[in-house]
This record gives sequence, C-alpha cells and structure tokens, in this order.
Amino acid sequence: MNRRYVEQYLIETLIRLSAVLVVGVLVLIIGMTLYKGGQVLINQPSVAFTAPGPLYLLGGSGGFLHAILGSFAIVLPATVIATVLAIASGLYLQSDYCSERFARAVNVLLYVLWGTPAIVYGVFVLTLLIMLESRSSLIAATFAVSLLQFPIIARFVDEALKSVSADLKETVYALGTTRFETLRLLLRAALPGVVAGVIMGFARGLGDGAAVLFTAGGGIEMPSGLNDPATTLPILIFQQASSAYPSVREDAYAAAFVLMMLVLVLVAFSKFIARRFSRFAQEDH
Amino acid sequence: MAVTSLRSGRRLLLDSATKALFQLLTWVCIAIFVGLALVLTQQSLPVLAENNVADILFSGTWDPEAGQFGFLPAIVGTLITMSVSMILVVPIAVLASVYIAEYARGSIRTLLSSSVDILAAVPSVIFGLFGLLIVAPLVDEVIAPLFGAGSTGLGLLTASLVIAVMTLPIIMSLSVESLVALPDSLRETVLSLGETRSGMAIRILLRAAGPGILSAILLGLGRAFEASIAVAMVIGGKNLIPDSLFDAGQTLPTLIVNTFGEMMSLPETRSALLFAALVLFVVVTAFNLLASFARNRLERHWRYQ
Repeated sequence: MNRRYVEQYLIETLIRLSAVLVVGVLVLIIGMTLYKGGQVLINQPSVAFTAPGPLYLLGGSGGFLHAILGSFAIVLPATVIATVLAIASGLYLQSDYCSERFARAVNVLLYVLWGTPAIVYGVFVLTLLIMLESRSSLIAATFAVSLLQFPIIARFVDEALKSVSADLKETVYALGTTRFETLRLLLRAALPGVVAGVIMGFARGLGDGAAVLFTAGGGIEMPSGLNDPATTLPILIFQQASSAYPSVREDAYAAAFVLMMLVLVLVAFSKFIARRFSRFAQEDH
Repeated sequence: MAVTSLRSGRRLLLDSATKALFQLLTWVCIAIFVGLALVLTQQSLPVLAENNVADILFSGTWDPEAGQFGFLPAIVGTLITMSVSMILVVPIAVLASVYIAEYARGSIRTLLSSSVDILAAVPSVIFGLFGLLIVAPLVDEVIAPLFGAGSTGLGLLTASLVIAVMTLPIIMSLSVESLVALPDSLRETVLSLGETRSGMAIRILLRAAGPGILSAILLGLGRAFEASIAVAMVIGGKNLIPDSLFDAGQTLPTLIVNTFGEMMSLPETRSALLFAALVLFVVVTAFNLLASFARNRLERHWRYQ
C-alpha cells in the first residue's frame, strides 16, 4: 500500500509540475513581449505611428508604421482570397456536388497542404516570380500568404460544415430545394465556425514570416503600390533582431508588442464568436 | 423568396451555375498545389543533374562557387535539434496533457487549455525573440558553464529549446483531445479494479490513447522540422558539422532562410535550395500522413466500444 501512495504522489507531482511549466513558459513569452515592448513604446510611442526614415534599419530616425500597414495590406486581401477559395471548395466537397471518393482524395490533399511548411510556399512563389521575370512585391506576398491560409481556413470551414446536423440537410432537401438553396442554409448554420476560422487564418497570416520573407521584398518605405516592395511585422522583427544597432534591436520588442497584441485580440475574438454562437450549432452524433 | 424564383428552370440554372463555379475554384486550388510540387521538382533537377543525390545529402562542403552543395551540416543540425527538442518536450507535454484531461477541473482547466491555444497562436518570430532574450543568455551563462563548454549562447541547444517551446502547443492540444475522447467506461473499469488515479492515467489511459499521442508527436516533429524564422534567429547559422550542442549550426529551413541573398543571383544555388525545400516538403508530408494514419486507427478502435 505504501509503495502505491509514494508512486501516486510522485506521478502527481510530476504531472502538476509539467502543467505549471507550460503555463510558466506562456507567461514568460507573453510577459517578456509585453513588458519589453511596453517599455520601448512608453518611452517612445511615436515609433509605432511614424514612417521610417531612409536609414531606419541602420539606427536612423523614424518608426515602423510601414510594417504595420504592410502587414494589413498584404494579409487582408490574402485572407479574402483564401476565404473565397476555402468556402467554395468546402461547399463543393460537402454538398453533394461531387462524388465521395473525389471529396476524400481532395481532403487528403488539403491535409497535406495544411502541414506544408510556410517557407515552401515562400520559395515556390519566389520561383514563380523568377520564372515570370518579375520581382518581389506586395501582390506576390499576398499570393504567398493566401496559399498558406487557404488550407487552414478550409479546415475550419470543413469542420464547421460537418458540425451542422445532417437532419437539417435532409429536411431542407425534402422540401424540394436544389443543392444551391440547401447549401445556403448549411452555410448559415455553419457561419460562426466559418467566421472563427477566417479570423484564425487571418491571425496566422499576420504572424507568419516565412512565406513573405522572400516574396514581399522587404521594403523600407511606406507601401505604395501593388508592384512595389513591402514588408510585414514578422519580417521587420526578424531584421531588427539581427541588427548591429542596439536602438534597432530595442524597436524589435516594440514591433513584437504590436504583433502580439494584434494576434491575441484576433484569437480572443475568434474564441468569442465560436463560443457565443455555439449554442446555435446542434451536436450531431 | 420571390415568386419568380420558384420557377424551376431558373433554380436549376442557378444550381448548375454554382456547381460550375465551385468546381472551377476547387480545381484552381488543386492545380495550384500540383503546380507547387511540379515546380519544386522541376527546379531542383539542374542541381541533381550536376551532382548525384548521395553527394548532396552526405557531403559536408557548401561551396556554391565550386558547384558543391552538401546538405550534411544542415541535415545533421536538423536531426540533432529535432531529437533534442523532442526529448525535452514530449514528457512535459504528455504529462501536462494528462493534467488537463484527467485532473484539472473548472476554471483551472479553462485557463490551461486557453494557454495552450494562445501558445499555438503566438507568431514564430516572437519565439525567436524569446530565444534571443531569455534562452540564449540562459544557455550562455548557466547551462554552458555547467558542462564546462564555451558558448556564445547561439547554437543548437538554444535552437532546440526554442523548437521545444514551439512544438509544445501542437503536441498538447492533440494529446488532450485523444485522452478526452477515451470512453468513461474505461476509467470506471480501471478504478473499480483498484488502480490509483495516477496509475490509471500513466498505465492505462496513455496506452489507450497511444496512437493519438503518437500522432501528436509526429505532428510536433513535422513542426520542429519546418521551423524556419525563429530557428534562424538563434541557431548561429554556420554551415559546419557541429562538435557539441553549444556550437552554431544550421538546419534545412535555416539554410534556405540564411542563403536567401545568393538565391536570386545564382541559378545553381537556387536549384540546390529548391531541392532543400522539396526535401522539407516531402519529409513534413510524410510525418503528417503518418500522424493522420495513427489518428484514424485510434478513432476506429474506440468507435465500436
């Protein structure tokens, strides 16, 4: 009996320690970003709102407004493209438009793409640019980010559509509707999940650096046109962190603060939507 | 619905029109991704024509000017960082998942599972900053002196620690999911036989959820394999076969990130790097498919209980 008490005590201590460690790591990462970044931003709030000077990355004057705007200019349209494609293919695969075998095969493909490294998308788009004799630009980065987001959003759409009760679909069909009319109702029932997925996809796009690193061109000016180089917050942080100038390295934390807040707000918003509306989705067992 | 739209001709027309549109968009997606595989393969052919695959994979010399593209340092670096980070992260992630699934209740459980979700959403570049600000000094000032090794703080061990933190949420969320999915009847049976709660968790539940946890670990391995930007910030970026964990090194993704500058100008180097990307793509896909296979097995196993 005694041995089992000792064993139970030991195992439970280990289990608890691991859980504490996980929370500790999260607190450390978020705390570090918010504390260090907050310090820089309180001393010099203007860095987040001013355009960079020509020598900004070399310790010159200015701020990183270009990266904040660039992030939105690249990721917002990318999210729209990815969402349209994800909803179209999601509906096509789940709404009796195609055979089940085809749907299963495409789902495997989507699963593979979901796991494809972001950097592979970046390298792929860069190669296309070289083949087309074009150069890195805002629009190329948008394309790369939408490639990255598409499988992520498609997965959420798929799960949201699956969570809609099969009874609903059968009932609606029994009323004599066409497939299109049925899926409009399906989509409405699945909407909270879809919206939550789109927001998560947006957050992933904002936070990703690898797909845009090669394709955005790392512009050091305010984004001006579709074919001009631009930059995003993750690329900027990557460049700032490896800079030789201490003041530029400090700014990396300010930029990380902005990025972290954006992502945290988006994740919280997505969770809120998913939970707030989950009472409308029926469980289907 | 307006009366006019009830005429079946128009409704059927709309139906086939949307079908065509959705079909087209679905095929656009498929085409893009078939294109991705084709472009990667076709573009890595030039370097494969000049060197044979074994030379690239097992040679240690990276000298683009001489046309030598040895991936060995990057491959060794990748294997080392992957195994070290997995050794560190797997026990902690699995035990913490047991806590969430079996012990935590109420608000603590919500707190823990939202921590995991938030950790999963943290941008990778912030993990890199975390590595620079916290892990690198830790390795430099505490861990390296402990082993009596010299260190700059940037190297394979720092990279492994950062990768371990990055893979933590993905391993945990899937492990928790597969533990929670186990039927309560199993728990009741085991407890009624006189097993302790922790003994049940370790001896029975972990084994029952084994394929799910294995799949979580495989996905974590995939994530560890592909981590690019965060690792590039802390690994030191030297194309040499490392002597110790404290040395600077290279992994396949950081090889791509760090040699980005040369990539545009030299077609040979570009081809070699695209081959690296192809290897990355193939290996990560293999991990993911294995993981999905393991999960399906678990689901099938418990569905009919």
